[in-house]
Amino acid sequence: MSTTRTIDVSPGAGGPGRARPGPSRARRPPGRSWRQALRRDWQLYSLAVLPLLFFLIFRYLPMIGNVIAFRKFQPGGSVLGEEWVGLRYVKMFLNDPSFWQVFTNTVVIGVLTLLFCFPTPIVLALLINELRGRRVKRFVQSVSYLPHFLSMVVVAGLVMEMLSVDGPVNQLLRAMGNDPVAFLQEAGWFRTIYVSSEMWQTVGWGTIIYLAALTTIDEQLYEAARIDGASRWRQVWHVTLPGIRPTAVTLLILNIGTFMAVGFEKILLLYNPLTYPTADVISTYLYRMGIVSNSFSYAAAIGLFEAVIGLTLVMSANLISRRTVGTSLW
Amino acid sequence: MVTVDRTRGHRVFRAVNAVILTGVVVVTLYPFVNIVARSLSDEFAIRAGKVNLVPVGFTFRTYEFVASDPTFWINYRNTLVYTVVATAIAMVMTTCYAYVLSKKHLKGRTFLIGIAVFTMFFSGGLIPNYILISSLGLKDSIWAIVLPNAVSVFNLLVMKAFFEGLPAELEEAAAIDGMSTYGILLRIVLPLSKAVLATIVLFYAVSFWNSWFAAFLYMSQNDLFPVTVYLRNLIAGATTGTSVGADATDMTVATNIKSVTMVLTVIPILVVYPFVQRYFVKGVMLGAVKG
Repeated sequence: MSTTRTIDVSPGAGGPGRARPGPSRARRPPGRSWRQALRRDWQLYSLAVLPLLFFLIFRYLPMIGNVIAFRKFQPGGSVLGEEWVGLRYVKMFLNDPSFWQVFTNTVVIGVLTLLFCFPTPIVLALLINELRGRRVKRFVQSVSYLPHFLSMVVVAGLVMEMLSVDGPVNQLLRAMGNDPVAFLQEAGWFRTIYVSSEMWQTVGWGTIIYLAALTTIDEQLYEAARIDGASRWRQVWHVTLPGIRPTAVTLLILNIGTFMAVGFEKILLLYNPLTYPTADVISTYLYRMGIVSNSFSYAAAIGLFEAVIGLTLVMSANLISRRTVGTSLW
Repeated sequence: MVTVDRTRGHRVFRAVNAVILTGVVVVTLYPFVNIVARSLSDEFAIRAGKVNLVPVGFTFRTYEFVASDPTFWINYRNTLVYTVVATAIAMVMTTCYAYVLSKKHLKGRTFLIGIAVFTMFFSGGLIPNYILISSLGLKDSIWAIVLPNAVSVFNLLVMKAFFEGLPAELEEAAAIDGMSTYGILLRIVLPLSKAVLATIVLFYAVSFWNSWFAAFLYMSQNDLFPVTVYLRNLIAGATTGTSVGADATDMTVATNIKSVTMVLTVIPILVVYPFVQRYFVKGVMLGAVKG
């Protein structure tokens, strides 16, 4: 999902820049006023009205709605809460042992996912790339993309059936003379289940971008390496991997940015009170606090904390990668 | 060490590679085969842990049973309606905005792009969204699903990239002939963009077909649910003490019924998948390659 590489602005850059002369990259003569722009392009601007309303109402209003993290909110009362309470809710969750439990779970699951689900598409793409027959190649690709198109509910259903007491995994255990295990009721198994099902669902789709990047590597580089006597492994190491590095770095930044938002939907579908000790993450916890128990302000404070961490993570990852490898999202 | 026997080493590598990739294919497909086998099997055979790849005690009875539940069909129809309406609205919104953003001369373009892109990295979060939808009175209506998802920034950027790649001369010529911007978009740009439009329609349609959480969160009546929520309520009945939602059915649902519902939910995707898969790949490439 490295589309964002096409973007030429930093998010939230500047205001409408009313009085500001336009950036020099535009073709128009400098210093043209907004009135002229409006007269010339009003039809274009009119096309943007509905989408802008959408972003305003459904994306930016909720951001403002986060003020209830610092205000007392009553269901049925004002949308923006009743009165300021300062950092009361922030202090509340910082002193809440359950919060630190779910915070730890989030970090652990996030790191495990990154560790396993980030490199595997690279490996799989390299393997697929080595396939000779075009038909075989396309078949393997088609099959591996398939799980990406399933609803999370179906994925959760499949996981449950695979791991049920009468399911294939337990059939295998029984055939080897072991007792069946109720995998989904045991906290110790949850992370394994989460990460492996995540791999099952995302690895194939993740190869698309790498396979595209592999085709852009100059064939002459391989030739030069061969002439220098490089083995296939060394060719992979010195030509292929550097060739896909910008892609990998971009995806790594994106993954780091979303790593606090670990698969909320899947966890919500797969966990239960027995597995809370390992499965409950920030997003599911705030869902239960807010939607199920109606502590809206408390949950909003946690949600805001999570969003700010996410934004900080993606910005620092971006900064680090620009400084070190020269690739960045913006 | 280097290239002692390159051809032989290479042959070994290719054999190992073939084994690994066969393993990947088998592991990917296995759950599907298993679920189909379960859906066609006798309940007792499943309970006894006998069903694996082939149906045991072959029967269509479970399909008949699920098909005889009117709620299932109402929910299935809901999914269809939600998907069509949501995709149509999302397409209009996304196309309009992407076209505006693709015009490099436009004053304020950077700002307009920034507005969209910023939402990729920062969002209001679950609770404020929930309060917003509730206070707008959208709960228990199709709009709670459609409106908050009317523009996907990823799809927007894919489309913008495509529009930017179109030759400007055609549009300029039409403008000189006095055609309005709307006319140019409708009669010149869109006919040239069928490929990307198809791709984005599919992106949206699949994501709306698969979505469940918005409906689960904002809808409280059985006859409004999409089929994904129907399925969720079935499988949630199986886990002990489901914590989510007030409507979680507590009965234990027979595993073959779950399997049948899963198969029926996935079938439309599986049927169109072979034909549309390359469009998805093209869409991702379009978004990714353009640098």
